[in-house]
Formats: sequence, structure tokens, C-alpha cells
Amino acid sequence: MDLALFYFLILGFAVFMYVLLDGFDLGIGILYPWFESKSERDHLMRSISHVWDGNETWLVFGGVMLFAAFPAAYAGITSTFYLPIMLMLFALIFRGVAFEYRFKADRSRPYWDLAFSAGSAIAAFCQGILLGSLVQGIPEGSSMIASWHWLTPFTILTGFSVMAGYALMASSYLFMKSRSDIQRRASHLGKNLLICVVLAMLTVSIWTTIASPEIQNRWFENGHFIYLSPLPIISLFLSIGIWKHFTRHQMLSGQSEGKNDSRPFWYSAGLFLTGFIGLVVSLFPYLIPRQLTLWEAAAPDSSLTFLLVGVCLFIPLILAYTLWGYRVFSGKVEDYQEGY
Amino acid sequence: MELDVALLSRIQFAFTVSFHIIFPSITIGLATLIAIWEGLWLKTHNPLYLQLAKFWIKPFAITFGMGVVSGIVLSYEFGTNFSEFSNLVGPILGPLMAYEVLTAFFLEAGFLGVMLFGWQRVSRKMHFFSTITVAIGTWISAFWIIVANSWMQTPTGYKVVEGQYHVASWMEVIFNPSMPYRLTHMLLASMITATFVVAGISAYYLFKRKHVAFAKKGLSMTMWIALALTPLQAYIGDLHGLNVKEHQPIKLAAMEGIWPKQEAEVPLLLFALPNMETEQNDYEIGIPKLGSLILTHTPDGALTGLKSVEPQDRPNVPLVFWSFRVMVGLGFGMIGIAVLALILRKKDRLFENKPFLTLVAAFTPSGVISVLAGWYVVEVGRQPWLVYNLIRTQEVISPLPAERVLFTLIMFVIIYTLLLGVYLYFMRKVIKKGPPSMSTLEQQLIGMKAPGYALAWVKSLKNSEEKA
Repeated sequence: MDLALFYFLILGFAVFMYVLLDGFDLGIGILYPWFESKSERDHLMRSISHVWDGNETWLVFGGVMLFAAFPAAYAGITSTFYLPIMLMLFALIFRGVAFEYRFKADRSRPYWDLAFSAGSAIAAFCQGILLGSLVQGIPEGSSMIASWHWLTPFTILTGFSVMAGYALMASSYLFMKSRSDIQRRASHLGKNLLICVVLAMLTVSIWTTIASPEIQNRWFENGHFIYLSPLPIISLFLSIGIWKHFTRHQMLSGQSEGKNDSRPFWYSAGLFLTGFIGLVVSLFPYLIPRQLTLWEAAAPDSSLTFLLVGVCLFIPLILAYTLWGYRVFSGKVEDYQEGY
Repeated sequence: MELDVALLSRIQFAFTVSFHIIFPSITIGLATLIAIWEGLWLKTHNPLYLQLAKFWIKPFAITFGMGVVSGIVLSYEFGTNFSEFSNLVGPILGPLMAYEVLTAFFLEAGFLGVMLFGWQRVSRKMHFFSTITVAIGTWISAFWIIVANSWMQTPTGYKVVEGQYHVASWMEVIFNPSMPYRLTHMLLASMITATFVVAGISAYYLFKRKHVAFAKKGLSMTMWIALALTPLQAYIGDLHGLNVKEHQPIKLAAMEGIWPKQEAEVPLLLFALPNMETEQNDYEIGIPKLGSLILTHTPDGALTGLKSVEPQDRPNVPLVFWSFRVMVGLGFGMIGIAVLALILRKKDRLFENKPFLTLVAAFTPSGVISVLAGWYVVEVGRQPWLVYNLIRTQEVISPLPAERVLFTLIMFVIIYTLLLGVYLYFMRKVIKKGPPSMSTLEQQLIGMKAPGYALAWVKSLKNSEEKA
């Protein structure tokens, strides 16, 4: 396999890991307004305070992998999306420090609550904007940096879609990490969010196929759709699975705490995966759609081979200790309440 | 007035990087100190060490969090504000930074959760292992970032292919001529920074006669460390200076305020106002020949001066000149404190001498300030080059509309000022609250011995609650 393609997969993996992991913890911030009491909010924060830092590292990793393996794409994308990226960074700053300060604050706690929830929501929205503008394509030419092409009805839609998706992940994560009242609320929110997410996925898919003939061809020419049909079908089954699990839990009125509480989380992760694969199918092999392919943007072999050792050696190791970290704090939040 | 994108982007980067560097320069050393205390506690079972580790982990966590959020900004700013630069040198700097993330960031983040929250979830040895791993992670992180920075100062091992910088030899890129000096200098600086933070707060407690046993231990240990490290740092700094003389003579000329093309018998300037217009120093006060003696190790050794290059190839001389003096001045101040501590210790007055305690408390931020000053020497001294003698800063700026950069710059100034205020406020709060009491620690120890018991108890409580 050629190196550029390998790094494309690694980059995809990094982005997916980021979306999966920071997705649910940004989502916790988006759900925040639905949990009003201090103890509930404590619970929400505690469910992620030991992992948010690691989760966000995948964002840095995605950034530097793009920088290292595809410098031309990194230069193009980051400078073109100057404002949404900066806005996202400001938002991430606020929510990041809120983790440290909220628990130590007395009078200023409402501000940190706001910093956390607004920061999470804005960061997620900006990521949705970035995603949407990548899909719709960047106008060519040097004036592209100055334009506002990233702010269109479509990108605003994708912005809200990503927020809904993250919130869905968060509600299923919360469902896994809590009991009784909070768990009930999580499943209730989860069902509403699932509807939003399914609608969003449908709208975005239809919109892109109508707006972009290239993407339309990719999906519907030469019987491609037959090979690609598992993606929507699996998504459908996963959505039904999440719905059923939440509904059953509500009917049992929360009596069934136990082994299966993590199931909606894995299902919604699966839903993200199918959406993500669908996106890659639509855009491949472009890093900047219809301008720059992954081969054109790839760094020279001297850089790619040097990095190869590190990638092959350390990514498995990172996954191993990350998993260990999650296992140390497995179970419900109440079970590891001690701070430091 | 026409807004200059290049200038705005440079100010923004300088501002964000200056803000960021405050935090890692504390956490690298502090993580190491915490690991040492935790190790000593496991070895000696002296609860004072546990108290030290448990207290300092709080300032560490706050500081680390600030470092994380301000660091993410930097990893994107290369591209957002200096897109041409990241395209040109991406093949070299990209992999170095990717290695930093792979070998350090994930490691720190992965074990930080256990270090902070896992006291009762894992065994003592496992916890100690996590603390050590976090500390090692901070060191590895510093290694890669210094490698990348050093390459920009003294680039070697590259070849230019179609205008882009490719790697000819990774060994030469990584072990570029200035890297070993810069790395040692920076790691020592971080250790010393953390040492003086701990010393300063301990001195404050002693001054107030609060948490006396705890503070005595802290002050005594850190003063020994300072005694060992500060003179060593002066020595390494001298070696680093010789390296700068060899590879970046114009930077050295700016540090020392040397104007003629070649000057022998260079004085060591104690005070001067370098004047870039008239190309000379105003109000010069110096010790004759001492500059030459320090830098060439002979009293009449000749050094290259600023006039050997065109004015547009010179850095901002007053800024470099004065930053250098701030760094060195504080460095000698810290050596002085370490020596003073030794003398007082001999007289058995280390913990009682109030003027000394006040002095140490006043020196709490001295490490941070000298690290910042040192970085201004390094970074401003390299200008107008972004990669020394190869890439001019001016030429690689993203063609952004100036108002956008101005907008984000203003945002950064507002947000960071606010954050710094908040950081200091909460640090003050943590310090005022003081270390956990011995009885609290004892309770936590019982919890640690029987984590299963505590867990089962919480669970049974919850279950009965739900049934009722």
C-alpha cells in the first residue's frame, strides 16, 4: 500500500477517534442546560473530568498528522478556515479551564457552568461548520482566505447536526455512567436527540447529493449504491437499536441497572462510524474537495517513513493505556467520587 | 493607519506562545517534584512527603489545564497564521510535532486521570507509576518541542526540493548543533522554576507560621535543589552562549550590545540603551574586557558585531539586550538565594530569618519571568528570520484580511488576561487553603488500603436508596 494512502487512513482514524471521544464529552456540555441542580451538574462533570484531556489530545493529533503527512492540505485548510477554527479554539479554552475551576469555585460557579456548556456547544458547532464547508468545497484562488464561503445555510445545518450528534453520544454515555433519575433523563433526551440526528443525517445526505454532481455520481453511478447500501441500512438498524433500548429502559422505569447500560453508547458510536464512512466515500481521494488529493498533498517519503515507526509503535500503545484509563474508572460515576 | 497582517500575526503568535510557556515551565518541574515526593513517601512512609505530593498536585492540575488549553491554540496557529511556513517546512517540523503528540501528549493525558483521581482506584505502586509517567511525559514533550525550535535556530540535515524543505538526515535534524544546549538549559530552567515556586510558597507559610512542618520540609528540600541546579544552570547557560556565538553571531551581538563589525576587548555592559537609529549604545556602563573574557575566554578576544549585517537583517536590539539582562540577573539572584540558604542553614536560622523568607517569597515567580525573558532572547534574537538565514518571517504569513487577525488578537488578549487573573485567583485560593491535614490524609489512606470496601459501601447505599 502506498504511504500517502496509509496516512490518509491514519488521519481518518485520528479524526474518528476525536469525534467519538471528544464527541461525547463536548456533548455533555451541550446537555448541561437540561440538568439544573448542582449535584446533577457535578455528576455530569465528574463523568468526564478524568478523560476530557486525553480525548482532546486526538484533536491535536489530527492537526499535527495533517501537518506532518499532508502539509499542503494543513496550510490550505487551517488558513482558509481561520475564523471558525479560532472560534473553536476560544470555545475549547473556556470549557477546558472550566473543568479545573468549577469544582474549586464558590460564587463564580455559574460562570464556569456557562463557560463549560457554551464552550462545548460553540466548539461542536464550529466543528460542524468546518465539516460542512469541507463537504461543500472551497472556492479556488488566493482570495479564498478572505471570503465567507464557510458560512452558508448548509454549513449552519451541519453545525447543528454535529451538535445533535455529540449530544446523542453524550446522552448514551451518561446513560451508561449514571443511575435512577439522571439515567432516566438521559434516555429521554437520547430518544429526542436520536430523532434529530436521523433527520439531520437524512437532510445532509440528500442535500449533498443534490448540490454536488460529483458526490451524486459517486453514490449512484454504475450500481455503486448496491455496494454502499449497507451504510444506510446499518445506520437504520443502529438507530432502531438505540430507540428500543431507551424505550425498554423507560418502561421498566429504571429497574434494570446493569450489564446492558453501555449498549446505546456503542450503537451511537456505530452510527457515527457509518456517517463518517459515508463522508469519506463521498470525498475520497480529496483532502480539499476537487482541489487537492491526498497524493498531491502528501509530504515527501523521507518524512512519511520517519513517522511510520512512531505511528506503528505508539498508536497501539496509546490505545492500550487509554483503554486501561477508562477501565480504572469504569462503572457508575458515584463509585469513584473522590477528587484529588 | 494601514493594518499590517504580518505584524499582527507575529504579535498574536508572540502573545499566545508567551502565555503558554508560563505553564509548561512550571509543570515540567512540578511533576518531577511530585513524583520525587510520592516516591519518598512510598520508601520512607514519612507522611510529610505524602502531604507535599497531595498538596502540590492541586496547583499542578490547575497549571497543567492552562497549559493544555493554551497549547492546542499553538498547534493550529502555525497553519492559520503562517500557512506558507507550514507548507514549506511541514515535512520537517510536522513529524517532530507528531512525535511529540504520539510519545508525550497522550502519555501525559492518559495517566493524568489516574494521577489526579485514581488514588483509591489503583494500587499505590500503580499510582506512583502514573505520576512518574506524567512527569516523564512532560520531559519528552519538552524534548520534541526544543528539537523543533532548535532546528529553526540552527537548521541542518535538510535539502530544498522545489522550494519545500525536505529531510536529508533525521539524525542531523534532531541533533542539530544547538539542540543539546537548549534542551538542557530549558529542562533545568523548568526544574528551577518549579523549585522556586515551591520554595516561595513554603517561605510564605513559614512567614505566617502556618503549616510549619510541611513548609519546613518544602523549603529545605527546594533550597538544596536550588543549590545544586542554579550554578549548574549558569554553567550550561555559558556553554549555550558559546554555541550562539558560533552559530548565530548576530543574536549574540544583540545580547551583548556590540555594534562594530568586529570588536576586540568587548566590555560587559551592565547598563546601556542600544539605539538602532544611530547604531550605538547610549549611556553605556560596562566592565572593560569582561565580555571578551566570558565569551572568548581571552580578555582581548574579538566578536562579530551588528554592523556586519544590513540593518534589515538585525533583530530588535534593545529587546534582546534587556531580556538577556533580566534573565541573567534573576539567575544570579537565584544562585544568591541558594547560597544564602546554605549559610542560614549552617547557622540553623533557615526557617526563622524573616527577611530571608520574604525574599524567597518575592522570588516565587522569578523562574517564570526568567524563562519568558530567555525565550525573548532566543526568539526575538533570531528575527528577522523564522528559520535562521533561510526563511524570513515576513515572507510566510497567511494572506488573511488584517481585520480578522486584529479581531482574534483582541480576543486572545481579553481571554488570556481574564484567564491569567482567574489562574492567579485560584492559585491564591489553593495556597490559602493549605495542605490537607494529617487526619484527612489518614482517612484517605484507610480508603486506599481497602478500596473494595469503600466501593461496596457506596454501592449498597445507592441500591437501598433506589429501593426506597
